[in-house]
Amino acid sequence: MFSNKYKITKYLIPAFLVVLYVTYAGLKLANAQHEVHTDSAAINASSEIVATAHGEASHEGATEEHKTEKVDAGKLIMEHIADAYDWHIATIGHTHVSIPLPVIIKDNNGLHVFLSNKFHHGHEAYEGYELKEGKLVNLAGAEFLDLSITKNVFAMFVAVIVLLIIMLSIAGSYKSNALRAPKGIQSFVEPLIIFIRDEVAKPSIGKQYNRFMPFLLTIFFFIFINNMFGLIPIFPGGANVTGNIAVTMVLAAFTFVITLINGNKNYWAHIFMPPGVPGWLLPLMIPIEIIGVLNKPIVLTIRLFANITAGHIIILGFFSLIFIFAEMNTGLGFGVSAFSVAFTTFMSFLELLVAFLQAYVFTLLSAIYFGSAVEEHHHEEHH
Amino acid sequence: MQLVTPGIGLIFWMTITFSIVLFLLSKFAWKPILNSIKEREDSINNALSAADDARKAMDALKSDNQKLLNEARAERDRMLKEASEMKDQIIAKATKDAKDVGDKLITSAKEAIEKEKLNALNELKTQVAVLSVDMAEKILRKKMEDRSQQESFVNDNLKSITLN
Repeated sequence: MFSNKYKITKYLIPAFLVVLYVTYAGLKLANAQHEVHTDSAAINASSEIVATAHGEASHEGATEEHKTEKVDAGKLIMEHIADAYDWHIATIGHTHVSIPLPVIIKDNNGLHVFLSNKFHHGHEAYEGYELKEGKLVNLAGAEFLDLSITKNVFAMFVAVIVLLIIMLSIAGSYKSNALRAPKGIQSFVEPLIIFIRDEVAKPSIGKQYNRFMPFLLTIFFFIFINNMFGLIPIFPGGANVTGNIAVTMVLAAFTFVITLINGNKNYWAHIFMPPGVPGWLLPLMIPIEIIGVLNKPIVLTIRLFANITAGHIIILGFFSLIFIFAEMNTGLGFGVSAFSVAFTTFMSFLELLVAFLQAYVFTLLSAIYFGSAVEEHHHEEHH
Repeated sequence: MQLVTPGIGLIFWMTITFSIVLFLLSKFAWKPILNSIKEREDSINNALSAADDARKAMDALKSDNQKLLNEARAERDRMLKEASEMKDQIIAKATKDAKDVGDKLITSAKEAIEKEKLNALNELKTQVAVLSVDMAEKILRKKMEDRSQQESFVNDNLKSITLN
């Protein structure tokens, strides 16, 4: 017990000292430059406050360009977790390194297909469209259908291809390695498959679990691999696919439709003729039951979306702290970076858990909904 | 607000991609994988139960063997006992027989000896009689050399014989 405590302090004390030193050095540096920012509002993560604070304290030499480089944490985070028409990798100086993605637009003039670099990062319009703060707008204000391969779509394609390669190769090794102990990546995937089968599908659905296994396994691995790719900070990871409400909505819609298709007599009877409810209550109960049914996919959609997005926001928030403090002065940025990196590391581990947990929760809830749809009740005597 | 507004393009691509993935994985991955896992589990279960059966059979065999061994041992013991009994019996019988034969021999020898003794005695008696007769003859011859004596003798004898 004592030795354990001693070990922790052994690492904590030097880490604390380093942080202290860097902070102190930074403050010294700042004093030397006579540019100490005392505006406490600058600590606030809200970008506009930072920007205005800076604006008030602006020195004469501040150029237009310098102003645009100010750290805007809120905007940065939102840009990162939102969808985009190109895949931004890095900005070196004033050069944006990004992968252009195809823009596909259907409007009254037909189909427009072109790469997003035609927009020059929102500086130019093309074929009557332009990017305004990352959003595609028609210059004429006309209606259009946007089917572009956006960052999230592309990231999803990458994840899906990886998923297909892994699973199909495993299926192959199951054939060639039949009746043998699993080998290689097979050994990693098999416990998950068995976990889904024995701990999720069997107890939640019951006898008919076999019918739903392919779907449950697909959503589990789809969500899991997309969550994991989202945690990789560099291309082709880092996109917020499962933290996008459209993606989670489609996943939940699949679960919802499959539940409705497989709903048996008892399932519908429970909605429109709840057992043991007096007739005069039915006008109240039936809407409640219907809301309950509609509630399920909405809950699925929001849970996955919110969990994954929150994880991305927290990690990005910690990193933004570095730049917000660095803007106050460079040394402080270095000081905060130690703290930020430590917390981001911790959060990343937590997110690894969340990546698995949310995939599991989504699968488990889907299985429970399927279970309620195919459940055989024996309440006939109560009717 | 942009964050919670689902984009139509993403919904479109997501639906298509997920449908394709669901189809491909269901057909080409999950089906063979789940079947293989099931098959493997079944084969493992079978192998385990077979091993269990084999173990039971082996145990049964072992106990059979033990029984046989015990029986064999008992048989051997019994045979040894019988043999030893038989040996004793044979020895006893042989001893008895020998004794009987000896006794018989002794008896017959005794009888023979007795017979021989009698024969010898009889012979001896005959011999003695012959010799006595001879002696008597000789003596008589000697005594009856003169006539007077012969007459007196005959007379004496004649006197002793009563004629009735």
